[in-house]
Amino acid sequence: MTATHDRHAVHIRDVAASYGPTRVLDGVSLDVPAGTVTVLLGPSGSGKSTLLRTINRLVPVEHGTIWLGDELIGHRRMTDGRFHELTDRELCRQRRHIGMVFQDFNLFPHMTALENVVRAQVVVAKKSRSAAVERGRELLARVGLEDKAAAYPAQLSGGQQQRVAIARALAMDPSLVLFDEPTSALDPELVGEVLTVMRDLADEGETTMIVVTHEIGFARDVADQVVFMEAGRIVAAGSVDEILGSGASERVQAFVAGGAR
Amino acid sequence: MPSSQKPSGSSATSTPATSDTFRVPDVVTVPLRHRGRWAGYAVIVLLLGALAHSLITNERFGWDVVFTYLFSETILNGLWMTLFLTVVAMVIGLAIGILLASMRVSHSRIFRGVAGVYIWFFRGTPILVQLVFWYNLAYLYPELSIAIPGGPTLWSANVNDVITPLSAAILGLGLNEGAYLSEIVRAGILAVPRGQSEAAASLGMTRTESFRQIVLPQAMRVIVPPTGNETIGMLKMTSMVSVIALADLMYSAQTIYARNFQTIPLLICVSIWYLFLTSLLSWGQGHLERYFGRGSTSMPAATERVFALRLPRRSDAAATTTTAGSREDQA
Repeated sequence: MTATHDRHAVHIRDVAASYGPTRVLDGVSLDVPAGTVTVLLGPSGSGKSTLLRTINRLVPVEHGTIWLGDELIGHRRMTDGRFHELTDRELCRQRRHIGMVFQDFNLFPHMTALENVVRAQVVVAKKSRSAAVERGRELLARVGLEDKAAAYPAQLSGGQQQRVAIARALAMDPSLVLFDEPTSALDPELVGEVLTVMRDLADEGETTMIVVTHEIGFARDVADQVVFMEAGRIVAAGSVDEILGSGASERVQAFVAGGAR
Repeated sequence: MPSSQKPSGSSATSTPATSDTFRVPDVVTVPLRHRGRWAGYAVIVLLLGALAHSLITNERFGWDVVFTYLFSETILNGLWMTLFLTVVAMVIGLAIGILLASMRVSHSRIFRGVAGVYIWFFRGTPILVQLVFWYNLAYLYPELSIAIPGGPTLWSANVNDVITPLSAAILGLGLNEGAYLSEIVRAGILAVPRGQSEAAASLGMTRTESFRQIVLPQAMRVIVPPTGNETIGMLKMTSMVSVIALADLMYSAQTIYARNFQTIPLLICVSIWYLFLTSLLSWGQGHLERYFGRGSTSMPAATERVFALRLPRRSDAAATTTTAGSREDQA
């Protein structure tokens, strides 16, 4: 996979974040080249979901900077060198380019599958309704759910809901998509269909993907970079062979051996 | 055991009943009899008959007086005033309620505190007192004016001209209702999972867009039933304005029976109107609940069940067709 645009690359520098008095991210730095897949591994509470959420500022960043391409996320650098927080509207403009897929799907339950994919295109991207619907149907077809366009989320299986959620994220044509444990809430037999959609997206190599998951198999197959986190820090980062291969550190091997699929 | 070997579908492989006591051939099940129920029905019929008999034969109900005044001009004018007050007070209440609710869920402690004090005050004092207070505002503040401090007066008015019985009633009922509705709206907002606004934010929706497109439509499912309740309550609470001599339905009846002393017939007359209006409101509430309940599996709405008691088959059929219809509308 090669870089399509440098605009799609992510650069994280010295990022720290806390929930109340608890520091959950402690000076994390990471580079994700454009169009590649980075998988974040680590025990629960290691800060991997928090790191993901700082990238689109669902979690406020206390310290450090995050860049998407050459654009600083969440702040603007003034001529005097100081950083100013962005307004809600400016932040939302940046978030349009950063899709997110959640563990609990978070589909909008009062809208059909199609409307879930369409609404933000109309409200945020100001597309015409017909163009948005056309794109919506195209994306539902891409995740194999064109026949479920009229179904409400409550009428879909978990796997189907998550595929709609992926289509919804892709509808904004994001340069980067964040996956926050996308298969953890699914019954085992439904995990495959979601991973297949994610594999297809990775194979296209257009979209940069950062994936928090416990699916070691998926990491081995798809990841260009594997990052192992523990206690709010990155413990190891490298290629699949370096991190998950025979030369892996004892800590990572113990983690992979215990529980992770 | 009934004798076996009736011609049944399982003929080829069936075994004699004697060899397998667990296999019972086709039998007719006699439904359980509910003898207690029939006794209950008989008591109800008896009581209803007695009630109907007394309603017809007891002349003191004064049905002729009731029907003379039911459509009289005074009563109908009062009816319009009651409807007008209900609508205006609910609209003001809802506006204040949404404002207070967003203050209550705000990150600012000051906003939360101010909204809390407002709710504390208006919920904590009787509506009767509030109405009389607004009506007598001129006693506290004879004149209202907007002026630049140390500068000229831009606008001023005599409070006795501004505060009429009508404006006092609207202020009193609206401000009071705002306190109650804010708690209902707040409960609705809090009932929407946090992940919903996170998903909206991740798609680039601003907080306002997220509130209008995602949070409020889902909160409405929680907000509508108690707000319907409040509207019905408001319809009846407007009768309080008779203490400040505003000619609503109740006050109009009072003026009539003050002259002709037909107190009971006129109270029956206004009760008929109140019942008619509350029935209309419950019917409308049922429709709203179905609309905002789309996509949800836990129906039917409260009012639908009330009507289902009376018309089980029709309302069930209506319910299924409406949900199916609204699903297709969304496609």
